[in-house]
Formats: sequence, structure tokens, C-alpha cells
Amino acid sequence: MNERVKKLREQSLSAIPTVTGERAKLITEYYKSPDAGRVSRPMQHATAFKHILAHKKICLNGGELIVGERGPAPKATPTYPEVTCHSVEDLEILDSRPKTWFKSDAATRKLYKDEIIPFWRGRSIRDRMMEELPGEWKEAYEAGVFTEFMEQRAPGHTVVDDKIYRKGMLDFMADIDAGIAGLDFLNDPQAFEKREELRAMRVAAEAIILYAVRHAEKARELVKAEKNAARKRELLRIAEVCSWVPAHAPRNFWEALQMYWFIHLGVIIEYNTWDSFNPGRLDQHLWPFYEKGLKSGEITEGSARELLECFWVKFNNQPAPPKVGVTAEESGTYTDFALINVGGLKPDGGDGVNPLSFLILDVIEEMRILQPSSMVQISAKSPDPFLWRALKIVKTGFGQPSIFNTDTIISELVRQGKSIVDARNAGASGCVEAGAFGKENYTLTGYFNMPKVLEIALNDGVDPRTGKMIGLKTGDPASFKTYDELFAAYKAQLRHFIDIKIAGNAIIERLYADYLPAPFLSILIDDCVAKGKDYHAGGARYNTNYIQGVGLGSMTDILSSIKFNVYDHKHVTMKTLREALAANFKGHETLRQRFLNRTPKYGNDDDYADAVMLTIFEAYYEAIDGRPTTKGGRYRINLLPTTVHVYFGKVTGATADGRLAGDAVSEGISPVQGADRKGPTAVLRSAGKMDHIRTGGTLLNQKFTPNLLADDEGIRNLGSLVRSYFTMAGHHIQFNVVTADTLREAQKHPEKHRDLIVRVAGYSDYFLDCSLELQNEIIRRTEHQEF
Amino acid sequence: MTKGMIFDIKRFAVHDGPGVRTTVFLKGCPLHCLWCHNPEGIAPGPDLFVRPSRCARCYSCIPACPQKAISKGPKNGPVIVDREKCDACGACADACMYEALVMAGREVGVADVAAEVERDRLFYERSGGGATLSGGEPLAQPVFCRELLAELHARGLHTALDTSGLAAWDTLRAAAEIADLILYDVKLLDDRRHREFTGVSNALPLANLRRLSGMNKEIAVRIPLMAGVNDGAPDIRDAVGFLKTLPSVKTVGLLRYHKGGQEKYKNLGREARFRIFEPPSDARLADIRQAFLDAGFRVRIGG
Repeated sequence: MNERVKKLREQSLSAIPTVTGERAKLITEYYKSPDAGRVSRPMQHATAFKHILAHKKICLNGGELIVGERGPAPKATPTYPEVTCHSVEDLEILDSRPKTWFKSDAATRKLYKDEIIPFWRGRSIRDRMMEELPGEWKEAYEAGVFTEFMEQRAPGHTVVDDKIYRKGMLDFMADIDAGIAGLDFLNDPQAFEKREELRAMRVAAEAIILYAVRHAEKARELVKAEKNAARKRELLRIAEVCSWVPAHAPRNFWEALQMYWFIHLGVIIEYNTWDSFNPGRLDQHLWPFYEKGLKSGEITEGSARELLECFWVKFNNQPAPPKVGVTAEESGTYTDFALINVGGLKPDGGDGVNPLSFLILDVIEEMRILQPSSMVQISAKSPDPFLWRALKIVKTGFGQPSIFNTDTIISELVRQGKSIVDARNAGASGCVEAGAFGKENYTLTGYFNMPKVLEIALNDGVDPRTGKMIGLKTGDPASFKTYDELFAAYKAQLRHFIDIKIAGNAIIERLYADYLPAPFLSILIDDCVAKGKDYHAGGARYNTNYIQGVGLGSMTDILSSIKFNVYDHKHVTMKTLREALAANFKGHETLRQRFLNRTPKYGNDDDYADAVMLTIFEAYYEAIDGRPTTKGGRYRINLLPTTVHVYFGKVTGATADGRLAGDAVSEGISPVQGADRKGPTAVLRSAGKMDHIRTGGTLLNQKFTPNLLADDEGIRNLGSLVRSYFTMAGHHIQFNVVTADTLREAQKHPEKHRDLIVRVAGYSDYFLDCSLELQNEIIRRTEHQEF
Repeated sequence: MTKGMIFDIKRFAVHDGPGVRTTVFLKGCPLHCLWCHNPEGIAPGPDLFVRPSRCARCYSCIPACPQKAISKGPKNGPVIVDREKCDACGACADACMYEALVMAGREVGVADVAAEVERDRLFYERSGGGATLSGGEPLAQPVFCRELLAELHARGLHTALDTSGLAAWDTLRAAAEIADLILYDVKLLDDRRHREFTGVSNALPLANLRRLSGMNKEIAVRIPLMAGVNDGAPDIRDAVGFLKTLPSVKTVGLLRYHKGGQEKYKNLGREARFRIFEPPSDARLADIRQAFLDAGFRVRIGG
């Protein structure tokens, strides 16, 4: 990386995450204005968006080529009081908590106290939600049966496709105008709603053009004071680029990157969407510009690399908006999950890997920063050198890129009813979630704690942690004659809590649809413009809701243990088992050791345990898949955890796999930490037995020591592991390449290991930014030693 | 069906031949190399590991033992096994939930092992890997070893035989005819010191290697390297000189000794058999590698 990029990278790394009141102040200003009371909700929100972009501070950092910040400075992070209105106490907690903190000054807190809180308290989505949701939902939520993704962040989770490289905002506005002109007020009873939505999209489009033009003006202003002739030329170029995009379609590589960046900023300023927006198939989108630029001599590989690296820094300047409470527990990280997809297939089914794919991998390796996150899509057609190149970066041990199976993603999406072309243009975003980029609203609605539900089943509907009756009465487990009776009780409780979750979602989704439309995002996702319908209300071509299952490995080991030890071999009675669990194994250590050492466990290619795993998978699938959403879409399942497996473990008592109360449960579809004893091929065989194609994503973590990947042969062997897993239709695999000793050393001497990035679960994080529990959990994960 | 005694099946073995492999460890070895990392592979029958640090003092093993060979340690300490009385029947290990008493060695049929190896077929196919028979000395169970190789071969899997070469020539030949690759240990050319460190003469292994090299088989010679034992210039010169006369030997693997293993000897009650060596230095290893490269061999570090 050159001096410019080094400086920008350093500036980004050393920037202090702060809360800025800028956005909160501007949106409140608009909502308090008389105008806000006169217009429809979509227009209200679009005008507020325009007000923010017209008045927020323009920040151009020294030396940068790609411009625009979400806040007034790098890592100055805005708040979204219309979604969640932080209390002053929240701001204090954010300021002082040991991990993922955000500093705030007295002026910001005063602003909150005097202006933001008085206006938004009781009016924010979070407050309205808590008012509307039924008691049984709250009880389950407080017990830690599930989490809620939309209580502090807007339902985002979508990715843009190639349309923004073909069309500018003026083109979208023309489409919108045509849509308005074509409305049939005589026959379409929704014509008025559609018109308001389309008008709002038009205002949002104007807003982003205005915002770009303000950057152009700022650059021209800086030219006057600039002494350095080279920088003067750059600033003039920046001004030219920002005057062209996003109003028009980009004409070259630079404009294409800046185009995306304005779009990105628009989306993340409009809302704090879950799983930040993302350019998706970057190598596919940029390839025509790159190829043309090289041919014409307008760019070189070196200048393209520099632009990409400047672009990379912009992502790192935008931490995930501050989260508190359970949301902070389930996603305790600064990363905002913008996941760059590299590789995969072209829409015609041909191999999509191109020279730019390799250049992007170089950039990922050189930059070595938290954001954006990155992944490679490997199809059966992807050349081995591409996979090996990616694994060589994995080997350097910062957990990126993660490896995805293009062919499985396509099968998953086609099974869900997407067209083959939409599926080939798709990919994964967030952690591992498959989606039809540019055409789908795939909302993650919350994590679901499977082991907790089983615990409730083992206690006849009572949560033993609180003594509250929150489930169904499914019978005293000591009376169950067979394992099947127990499993039936689990399935009944599962259905009960899934019903509660889905009924709650129906309320929350409608709150967003009715109170907080997203006109800017709606421009970008087909077919919102064509339907005249908002992204939050079902405007997207495809609408999918997920409930993310957590603890599959733990669940398997728990049920395998009960089946094996209580029913099949009668090593222990249900009564004794329940006593041991209630006592957290105190006085039952020998029994616990039997569970740990003498019981079939998932992750060992053990057919007994893996058969149990399949029944758990099927039960979860049956409880969720295909159920309708309020947006006209369907519910689907996926299996991933972010950091919630630590939180879910905290609220779950001792379990029959030998796990002590409060310890983390397993994450993704990985085996319980330390339960896999037969090496990586056995783990992959176990994980390969489930039907990934009926999910929308599964997450498998594997940890390797660096010596296993020391030479090219090690890389090839790892590559063959990946290919084998993908032959079994595995969805995703990621690797932590670091020794447990290194991690322990980092705990002891944090000052020396500030740059240590590890794979957590679907994303990487600075090891030292992880909570202590999570740090220990990462250390415990199986290390596949060489010999 | 022929039965054999094995002490481990290790999946994702990546240093015992090409690609991703499963290595089956057969029990029993006629050598007693003082640097051996797998002392549980030496005796032909089952062995009992006793790991006092894991003993929770539940003493459920004591009544389980038909030989009455187990007693409480002093001051209710970890259990003590009387090795004289113990016949390694495994009843105590069955009773121990803490993995303080663990058996090494189980009798298995050819088909059972083959079925276990078969589980990773996909990985072998993707990586050009297969199965490796190691030990112990796999040829110490000649019939089981040959039949297992034949079974794996019949299933279309690539097979490797990891041997010290200390076996009757006919036994080695019969196995080598089936195996796709022979990993052949050469420890020391100097017979006096070979006897000192391994307990046996190197005459038969070296003669067998010479015969084997006439069979037109792929052979990879592997040399474990211990500082001051066989890493000296004269030893390397001798090894290079000998191997150069064998046209089938094109690859040499240098296995650097690493410490560890002491615990295993202790747990088997065989401390007397154990000696700590030093690995060759980086510089020395580089020189040795160069010497083999100069002589025209392909050299691999670590297998």
C-alpha cells in the first residue's frame, strides 16, 4: 500500500468511535416543523432524509480519493431516535462500557436530554413495539428464548446489484415519474398510497444528488486553500466525480466506486439498517470499468488498487451504530457486516472469477482491517488458484475472507422460488445469509435459543432460572416412557415459542411499514419502484423472514446424551438427570464426565449423534419454513449466531451434554467447543449430513494452527477440505488460523496484540474487543493440531 | 475374517503420504527406538495408560478390576496400578469416566477398519489422498496388514505402507506388491549405533530396502533426525551415499525430532525406556536438506 493509503488506514484505525447528535438533531428539527404534519408518512420521511443530507456537515479527509462520511468525521456515529431513542443513561453506558464503547460529550447528552428524548420518547419504534407486544412475547424475550432484531435497528439486510452502475439517480427519477404518470386512479384503490411512496422515492433521489453536489462544492472550496498542485488536481477530479455521480451512471472505475459509496451512505443515513448495506458482487460490477480503463490507459492496476484501498477505508470509518441491552449482547461488535463478495458465477452460469477478483484479494490482504468484511464464492467452476489465493490470506490469520459455496447458495435461492438468473447474481451478506442481491428483502428477525426451549420442555413449561411458567405444559419428563415422547414435548414447546415470535414479528413489521417507510432504499431494490410499494411494506421482488437457530451442536449433544444415557443404555434415570442439572452437576461430577467423555457427540462423524442432529434440524425447519409473513413472503430458517451463543448460554442452566450453567452454547452449526475429537474431516462429514439447501445459510467455524498451512501443500489440503465440504453441499466455512497460545498471550499482554483479528462467527473482530467470555470461548474451540 | 490389533485411526493425516489421508496405526513393533513417540505401538497386545492428573479419586475402577491390581494412592491420592498383576483387560478403563485409565489397542476386523477409512473417501478423491498403514510396525501383523491393504486397494483407495523394513522379505514384498507407496524409515547407517538406539541391527532393513528398490515401486525414504544421533555430517554423507545407489528412491522426508512423549511413557509405566533428545538446529536441518537436494533427491520437511 502506498503512503496515501497508509495514512488513511492509520487515521481510520486510530479514530475514536463517538456518538454524534448531528442526525438526531436534524431529523428532530424536521419532524417538529409544521411541514411534517402536513404530508404523508413516506413524504415525511423522505423530506426528513433530504433535510439531513442538505444540512449535515460535509467531511473531506486529507488525501482521500473516495469521499463522504456518515457522520461529521470518521467513526463519529449518528443515532436513529425514530427507531430507538437512547436515554442519557444509555449514552453514559456506551461511553464507559469496556467493550464496543462510543464516547459522547456533554453537548450531545444535553441535546438528548433537552430535545431528542422529549420528542421521541414513546414515539420511537422501540417504544411503540414494547407497548404493542403481548405479555407472552415479553416473557419469552426476557427469558432469553429469542432476541429481537428490529428493536434497535431497522430491518435492512439487503445488498445492491448492478443497477447503480447502469443507471444514475436521474434515470431512477425518470422511472419513478413514469410510475406516477401510469397510476390508475380510476381502478387502483391503492393509487394514492403508491403515488405518495413514489413521490417520496423521488425526493430521496434528489436528496442524494444534492448531498453529492455539496461534496463537489466542498472540494472546489478546498482547492482554493490547497498549496500542493497534485492534491489540487485530485480535488478538482473529486469535484468532477461528485458532480456526475450519483446523478448519472458512472463512466469509469473511480466514478463507479464513488457511486456505490454515495448509495451506501444514503442507505445507512436513512436508517441504521441491520447488517449494513453492501456492494455485493464487487468484482463482477467493477470488471467492465476496470477492463475498459486498462484498455484506454485511464487506469493502471496500481491506480485501481489505490482507489479500491481508499474505498476500503471508508467502510472502516463507519462502525455499527451503537447497540445496548440484549442487542449489544447478541451482536457485540463494531463491525457492521458489509460483506464484499468475490468470485462466484456470472448470470449466464459461466465462471465469474476475473483478474479483478484477484486484485480485490490483494487489497483484502494488504488492508487487513475490520471493515469491510470479505468472502469468496467458490463454485464447482471456480479455478483452484483462486481458492488457494484466498486461503493464503486466511492463513495470515485475520479470519478473512470466509469461504462460500456458490452452487449451494443458488440451490437455496431457487428452492425458495427465485429465478435462476436472480440466484446467480446473488450471494451472501451479513454473516452467511443468502439473498437475491438488489431484489430481496431478507429480514433477520431474531436469534432463537434451541437449548433453552429444551430446558423448558424438561421442566414442563417452567423456566428454571426464574421459576416462571412461560411454556406449555407438556408433561413431567420422568413420566415419558420413550425418547420419542420427550422429543414430542420439545417439538410442542418449539412450536409454541416460534408462534409467539412470528406473531410478534407481524406487529413489528407493520409498525415499520406504517410508521417508518424507507423511500431511499426502495429506489435500489426491485420491484419497489415498479410496484409503488415501500421496501418495508413488501415492495421487494422477494420477501423472506428468518429466525436464526442457535445451538444446533449443543442441542444434538444434549439430546444424544439423553437418548443414549437415559433411554437406550439406562445409565441414569430422568429423575437423577434432572437433579444433576438443577444442581449444576454439583455432586454429580462422574455423571458429567460420562456425558463429556462417553456419549456420542456431533462433529465426530458419529452416525448416532448425527441422526439426532437431523431430527433437530427437521423439527426447526418444520416449525418455521414456509409460514407467511406480513410482506407477502415466507419464513425460512438459517443457523448462525454472531455473538449470541454467549448470551444464550448465560441464560441457560446446565445441560445434559455436560455443559455447566452459564457457559456458552455452540455457535452456528459448529460442534460444541472441544467436543470434536476426530479432526476436521469428521466435523465436515457431520455438518455435511444436514440439508443446507433447505436453509438460507449455515455457519461453520474451524480453527487451524498455522503450522498446518505452512506450505503450498498445506494450502492445497485445506483447499481440498473446502471442496469436499462443498461437494456435500455445505454452505459456508471459515477458518481461524491462530494458536491458542497466541490468544492466551494476547489476554496477558493486550498492549502487544491490539491488531490481533480473529474469526468470531460470520465475521472477524479484534480479539481484544471481544468480551472475556467470548475470548475464552474462542480459545476453547477445537484446535486441529498438526501432530 | 482376519482380526488385527490397532491402537489408533487418525483422520486428516496430511504427513503420511500425498493428500488428505487416514492413517491406521497397527500395534506391535520389533524395534525399540529410544525416540519413539508412540510407545503404545510397541507391545503387540493392549496397553493401559494411567493418567494420574485426570484421576478424580472416585475409585470406581478398584472394584471393576478382576485382577485386584488397582489401589488407592497414598493419602487418598490418584489410583495406582500394579503392572505385575494387570493383564490389560480394560475393565478399569470401562469404569473410568474421567479418562484417567484409557486403553490403547483394540482388536478389529479388516472390514471394520476399511469401513472407517471409507468415511473420508470424498476427501481422498479431492486431494489425491488415501489410507496409510503405520504403527508400530504394520508388518509385525503380516496377514492383517496384507489383507487390509488388499481390501483398501480393492475399494479403489490409494494405499501407503509406513514401515521400518524390519520384517521377513517375503512379508514386505507381499505387502509392497499391493501398496501404491512405501514410506520407508532409514534411521542410521552405522550398525553399532543403530543397535544402540533401536535395539536391533540395521542389516535386514537396509537389505530389504535394496531389494524393494528393484520392485519398481514408489518409495519415499523418511529419516527421523535427532541432534547428536544421526544429524552429523558423516551420518548424512553415509545416508546420501547409500540412498543414491537405489534408483527407486527419489524422495526423502526429513522428520525433525520434537520433544513430548515423555508423558506417554510415564503413563504406560515404561519411564525406563524413555530418553530425551534434541532436534537438529534450523541451520543444521537446512544443511542436511541441501545435502539431499545436491544429491538429486526431492526433499520434504516433515513427512
